[in-house]
Amino acid sequence: MTILKNRLFWPAAILVALLIVNAFTSNQFVTVRDGHLFGSLIDILRGSAPLVLVALGMTLVIATGGIDLSVGSVMAISGAVACLLISDLGNQNSVGSVLLIIVIAIAVSLLAGLWNGALVALVGIQPIIATLILMVAGRGIAQLITDGQIINVQSGPYATIATGFFLALPVAFLIAVAAVVLITLLTRRTALGLLLESVGGSPTASRLAGIRSRRITTMVYVVSGGFAGLAGLIYSANIKSADSISAGNLIELDAILAVVIGGTALIGGRFSIAGTVLGAVLIQALGVTVVAVGVPPEATLLFKAVVVVALCLSQSAAFREKVFGRFTSTRTEAIA
Amino acid sequence: MGEQSLVLEMTGIRKVFPGVVALDGVDFRLFPGEVHALMGENGAGKSTLIKVLTGVYTIDGGEVRLGGEVVHINGPLQAQQAGISTVYQEVNLCTNLSVAENIFIGREPRKFGRIQWGLMRRRASELLARLDLDIDVSAPLNTYSLAIQQMVAIARAVDISARVLILDEPTSSLDTSEVAQLFAVIRRLKADGVAILFVSHFLDQIYEVSDRLTVLRNGQLIGEFKTEELPQVRLVEKMIGKELAALESLEDKAQRTREKVAEAEPILQAKELGRTGAIAPFNLTIHAGEVVGLAGLLGSGRTELARLLFGADKPDSGELLLEGKQVNLRDPQVAMKRGIAFSSENRRTEGIIGELSVRENIILAMQASRGWTRPIPRRKQDEIVEKYIKALQIRPADPERPVRNLSGGNQQKVLLARWLITEPRLLIIDEPTRGIDVGAKAEIQKLVAELSDGGMAVLFVSAELEEVLRLSHKIEVLRDRRLVEELENTSDVDADRIMQTIASGATS
Repeated sequence: MTILKNRLFWPAAILVALLIVNAFTSNQFVTVRDGHLFGSLIDILRGSAPLVLVALGMTLVIATGGIDLSVGSVMAISGAVACLLISDLGNQNSVGSVLLIIVIAIAVSLLAGLWNGALVALVGIQPIIATLILMVAGRGIAQLITDGQIINVQSGPYATIATGFFLALPVAFLIAVAAVVLITLLTRRTALGLLLESVGGSPTASRLAGIRSRRITTMVYVVSGGFAGLAGLIYSANIKSADSISAGNLIELDAILAVVIGGTALIGGRFSIAGTVLGAVLIQALGVTVVAVGVPPEATLLFKAVVVVALCLSQSAAFREKVFGRFTSTRTEAIA
Repeated sequence: MGEQSLVLEMTGIRKVFPGVVALDGVDFRLFPGEVHALMGENGAGKSTLIKVLTGVYTIDGGEVRLGGEVVHINGPLQAQQAGISTVYQEVNLCTNLSVAENIFIGREPRKFGRIQWGLMRRRASELLARLDLDIDVSAPLNTYSLAIQQMVAIARAVDISARVLILDEPTSSLDTSEVAQLFAVIRRLKADGVAILFVSHFLDQIYEVSDRLTVLRNGQLIGEFKTEELPQVRLVEKMIGKELAALESLEDKAQRTREKVAEAEPILQAKELGRTGAIAPFNLTIHAGEVVGLAGLLGSGRTELARLLFGADKPDSGELLLEGKQVNLRDPQVAMKRGIAFSSENRRTEGIIGELSVRENIILAMQASRGWTRPIPRRKQDEIVEKYIKALQIRPADPERPVRNLSGGNQQKVLLARWLITEPRLLIIDEPTRGIDVGAKAEIQKLVAELSDGGMAVLFVSAELEEVLRLSHKIEVLRDRRLVEELENTSDVDADRIMQTIASGATS
């Protein structure tokens, strides 16, 4: 019974179910072609990379009791910066130049995160408002960078970060894995995780315990900006262009959902990296499956909503008690 | 008060939590028009019993009779319908709404679906007038003092159902005059025939207002007594189950070490340090091994003074010297690195991080001063935490339990542990014994005395004069955000002497 009580049991079960459905409906689940892995499972893993990255940053922000609505706009900005600079290159296939441009685009994203962090931690604006500013303004900035056009690029090295393979696995997937490992080490092998949870739990108490809450709060927004930028690069490399309008559109909501599915409370405090990753992959798998099983396109959003509601209910202890409580003899005991 | 008029009778109440018997065969009865105090240390079962009465918990054994009939209370709403209302320690009202709205929220007088504001205000005024309270009921609640808010909560509770009123620590954030005001209200309700269950950690208040008391210890009924027939010392003994020798041996400790202290080097010197609107410029010197008590009423500037010495607030005048060197405490971390520790009076909002475990709460300050890149190795954490759980007798002794599940006294010990492991030279503790039981209180007082014997300087802030007198070598008296007098705690200084200064403000 203990496994059923784990809050990640139901999301994990639903993910497995979705993957099984996928395995039956798609003609190829996992196969090897040209020495690479292919199939719908690989598509899901590759496609979930941007969301995993954005949700990782979002997890840290939410752990401090904040929220970052600007991630989609930061994605658009970083894609715009990268594509503009690449399109100006004499040789778009120069690996060195492309790498440098990636670094520049991420630096710009970090700066965007710093702006958010400064508004929240130094000026003291509520996170939802502070990041709303960049959410709205960010797309404008991205359009200014691209002069209102969609900039197309023909760069092999740039496309690699989205569609390339390394050791038979998609590069985008590997980037996401690296980010997850990095953040896990950073938060659990150092004291960063504890300090984050403490600031999220009570900023005032944390300050009086000698924690420099402002610094930590600023930092999580910077990290969130950086990951959003990286996600924006993967997105734009995938379509080989900078599309300031649809890049990362509404991804902030999926990311917040992934964090919540993963068991991190929106009020801050305890957070779970593993839960977030599970949530992000689940959302991506849901999107893919909806198409694969042939739900009509006009009904996909509604279908997705139904699954999400079911999932959230399944995670609510009070709801489970109400529905299943009368069938089982085990009672949940309140603890004083 | 004949037996036939019992309004509430609980017999053989049993409540079991996994691994703990919280209540074991407890009886409790209430007569109309009496104030009945429920006494016991933290964890004795007081809260559980109240939660049984208010329908938060269902009982595993025994029966509850209201007006002679057996009732099963299955939720707060049912409790209200049965005539049981509760006012909790923290005012559970919406402070941004008006007084009238707060009294009638959820049951506004309506006509054709519209709220009748005029009627509502009129009825609210009438209700408060019954409690001798004449205030503007259309003003937001937060424009009034905590005491008034408390009374508004009582007015609401009484109006909803007036048979049994439970007051759970209603006085813990009130000052003396506000307590008097509250007690006047309690007496009036008593005269109206309301049965009142009263919980407080202040023994003096219990003796002032209650007619009868029931003592619990470790979930068991110790007995029911008439308040006037049970001396305070005997009551305390019944609550903690042992003699009060520990407390009494403290009495002369302060006298014993005073000579030694005067010779020690000053650790901290404040010269004309002040902050506009918080505390007028003051001078203060604290020596190693010295306990300095801050006495004064609520809002007299005690906390404000303490916060300046920790860098929690920035001074705007004067200077601060630590071991002779001038320092600028920009933020708490700077103060910490210089060997100052500060435990806030607001345990729940400025002290513990409720969601984190006991272990994490204890190591928090030490970790903060090391920075996030240098985590304390887990084995060392466990070692430290185990040592302090044992030394301070933190219960339950489970380092991984979320600290919010601990009782107030144990949370306070966790906070003390948090600061003691940083090995401070000056420990500032603001109201460390507020809202905690007698046993834990004595332990904390003993600890403070031991720390000062060991050479640590302590700035001890408390609203309880007895406590300040018992522990301090030197007492700083505050009044109206001003340090008005410094008293050597010699044998001729007593509570009356301090009260005089507080009352008159004279610097004689």
